[in-house]
Parts: sequence; structure tokens; C-alpha cells
Amino acid sequence: MPSPVVQLTSVTKRFGDAPPVLDGIDLTAQPGEFISLIGPSGCGKSTLLRLLSGLTPPTAGTLDVLGAPPGETDRLAYVFQDPTLLPWLDVTGNVEALLRLRNLPAAERAARREQALRLVRLTDHARHYPRQLSGGQKMRVSLARALTLRPDLLLLDEPFGALDEMTRDHLNEELLAIRAEQNWTAFFVTHSVAEAVFLSTRILILAPHPGRIVADIAIDFPHPRTDELRRTDAYLRLVAEVSRQLRAVEPSHATP
Amino acid sequence: MSRRLLPPLLTGVLILLAWLALHTALPPSQKFLLPTPGRILAAASERAPELAAATGWTAAAALGGFALAATVAVGFSLLLASSRLVRAALYPYVMVLQMVPIIIIAPILILWVGPGLPSVIIVTFLISFFPMVVNNTQGLLSADQNLVDLFRMGKATPWQQLWLLRVPAALPYFFAGLRIAAVLAPIGALTGDYLVGTTSGGDAGLGITAMICSTRSEIPALYATALIACALGWLFVGTVSAASWAALHRWHDSYNH
Repeated sequence: MPSPVVQLTSVTKRFGDAPPVLDGIDLTAQPGEFISLIGPSGCGKSTLLRLLSGLTPPTAGTLDVLGAPPGETDRLAYVFQDPTLLPWLDVTGNVEALLRLRNLPAAERAARREQALRLVRLTDHARHYPRQLSGGQKMRVSLARALTLRPDLLLLDEPFGALDEMTRDHLNEELLAIRAEQNWTAFFVTHSVAEAVFLSTRILILAPHPGRIVADIAIDFPHPRTDELRRTDAYLRLVAEVSRQLRAVEPSHATP
Repeated sequence: MSRRLLPPLLTGVLILLAWLALHTALPPSQKFLLPTPGRILAAASERAPELAAATGWTAAAALGGFALAATVAVGFSLLLASSRLVRAALYPYVMVLQMVPIIIIAPILILWVGPGLPSVIIVTFLISFFPMVVNNTQGLLSADQNLVDLFRMGKATPWQQLWLLRVPAALPYFFAGLRIAAVLAPIGALTGDYLVGTTSGGDAGLGITAMICSTRSEIPALYATALIACALGWLFVGTVSAASWAALHRWHDSYNH
């Protein structure tokens, strides 16, 4: 068995004296898994991503990310909820930005940039500035920027939450197509059960106060997955089942 | 005629007509209070060499004070933006700089530096420094928190974070401050000339020229100096606006079509 991509042991995170945002999380992710994190606001989904990325340290417990403590690997990429683009750079400059921070030579930057732009189908927009792009295009630039790092682990914090349903569906399909070519492991935070079921190999439902994992659901649909999947009974049943389990942990629905 | 030039030109024509109407309405004994544009132009051409020299002198003082203030403001705001502690320690005194009235600083400047161009440049500096340092500092601190996180995760050096993130993010603020300072600098140079300038060696700026015209009751010439001062202000603001456009129009929302 290959060594896990991510291993969390009894990880707790609290801010100040408040009850822990995450409490005693044990979690292992194997290479190639696509793990969605869903749960009500305040359940610690985003905090979990920030812990994995090394942006914030745990209060207790240990994290192993790609064989090192969080923040020490350069094979991890993060996609924010907002596109988080540099408005003064065009698409080319934005996609290259992280490579520039690593002082990669220009030829290497150009090669990785072109590949990433091709993957997100934005080659024709290389000279556009962010304000000239639609919401979906901006998110594609953000994704391309992350892909230039050639990551083994991709952390996505509700990346398509602000997009309309049609654009979101298309981007979901594109994300899976890119995954088929690149084979990273993903942690994906979302509020959309349908999106989570479509994308994931595994869904974790988190509950708040304190944040903890209450369900771990395998999604076994074969790849490649296409739009057809969304209309199958098996898919719709699974969406309904995950929704039911999610409602059980929503504070407002816990007691009838 | 482009659609952008027409509205301000029309406004100008209206102001001119109102001016002439007011002049006509004044009783003959009071007409000297508001000379016609023709009289003002005539007075200006009579004193052309003198006014040209004074304009050049004031422009030099304004430019000197403005450039000095812009340079010091950039350096100082980088310092202020570097840490909360530095800000807390220095910010109150930056404001004091703006609060002490020039009218009180003027006699001190005459004692320390003596009347003349250096003192006028210092007055211009004092008047135009504050809006720039405040805007620059605000700009350097205003980079989007997600972008700061992105740079942290990208293991950006402090230097990279400054040059690739904080400085570009501060540019719109920098130009906003620069524009306010561009309006203030010619006014500062005129005021400075009035308060700490000198007439010795023919070194008179527009402030002193205005003072001389005023004491001699040469009203049309006084209006001419006012108009030249306005033109100087427009030149400053226009130049800064052009630079701002060149730096920002491709990406910043303030230049949305």
C-alpha cells in the first residue's frame, strides 16, 4: 500500500477560549482520492484546509502532509473561495505568479503556464486582465495558477460557490478531466451535495460545536464521469441520502 | 469636437458670459473690481517678462516641493506600513506636521533657513506631504487578505510580498494622494512665496507679484496672476492624471469604460 498523502492524528484546533473548531480529528487520505468536506457553517471545513496548507498551526495533534509537516511541501496547491487574482496582471502574469515567487526560469514558467492554460481552456484569453473576465473564467485562471505548481495535493475551498449552476456543472466536469490527466489528491470544501457526489471518491460530513467528522461515505461511480451521471437513479439516490445525513447535523434541523 | 471636451468647454463659455454680465451690471465706479477678460489679457501682456519670470520661479518651487514631498512620502509610508509599532509611534507626529499652521511655521523658517527658494520649497513640502503619506500607507496596508495568504503559501520573501503585492496594490492610493498634492503644491508655492519668499535679486514668484499688484491696486494684473496660478495647478493635475491613467487604466476599476 502506498504511503498516505495526508495523515491527521487527534488534530484539535481552537481559537482562544472558544470551543474547538475542530476536535480530535483522525483522517487518512490515500493517493488519488477526491475528498469533499461538507457540513454546516462553523463545522471547521475551511479550517481543516488551512491546517493542511500550513496557513495555521493545530492546537494539538499531528499532521503529516506529503510526508512532511504542513507548510513544508512545495507539492501542494490551494484554490481559494474567491479567484484571488492580482488585478494588475493579465491572465499570463496571474497564472505564472506562483512560479515567479519560486524564481523558476522563464522557459520553464512559460511551458507550465501554457500547459495550465490549455487544461482550463483559456489559451485565447492570455492577454486579458481579470476585470475583463467572467466569474467562471476568473475561477479557471485561479485553478490554472494552482496547476502550474504540478501539485500532488490540491486543496479547494468552495471554489465554485459563487458561480451559477450551469457554469459550476461545466467546471466540475473540467476539473475531473484535468484530474484524469494529472492525478492529484484533492480536498474539496463545498456546500453543494450534488457537486460533492459528482466529484468525489469520498465525502466527509462534518458537524459543528465542536467540529468533527460524523460520516465518511465512499462514492464508487466509475470514471470518467460525465453529465449523464447526474441523471442516473443511483446518483440521485446518493444525493438524497447524503442530503438526509447532512440535514441531521444542521443545528436548525436536529430537533423537529 | 469630442464628447469629452465639449461639456467643460461649454461650462467655460457660461462662466465667461456670467463674468461679462456681472461686469456690465456693476455701476461704473465699481467696475474696477471685476475687469473684463480683455483688460486682464492686456495687463498680462504688458507685464509679460515679469510674469513669465515669476511663473517660472513659482513653478520651480512648486515642482521642487512636490517632488520632495512625493519622494519622502513614499519612503516614509514604506516605513509606516512595515509594522504596527512603527505606525503607532510615528503617525501622531505626521499629523502634527499638518496641524501646525504654516503662518506660524513661516517666521521660524525665515529664522532658520532665511527667505528665498529653499524656504518656499519647504512650505510647499509641508502642505503637500500629508495627503500623500496617508494615502500611500493606506494603500500599502490594503492588499487583499487572500492574496497575502496566497503569497505566504507561495513562500514569498518579504521583498517579493512588497514589490509584487503591496506596492502594486497601493498604486491607486498613491495616485489619489499624488493628485491631491498636485492641487496643493502650486497653492503651497504661492503661499510660501507670500510668506517666506524674497524679492532680492529678482527672485519674485507669483505670490510676491500678486502682493505687489495688490498694494499698487493694479487689479487686472492681480487677476492675471490668479489665472496663471490656476493654469499652473491644471498643468500639475493634468500631468499626474496622465501618469495615473498610464499606470492604471488597463486594470483598475476607476477607469472602467
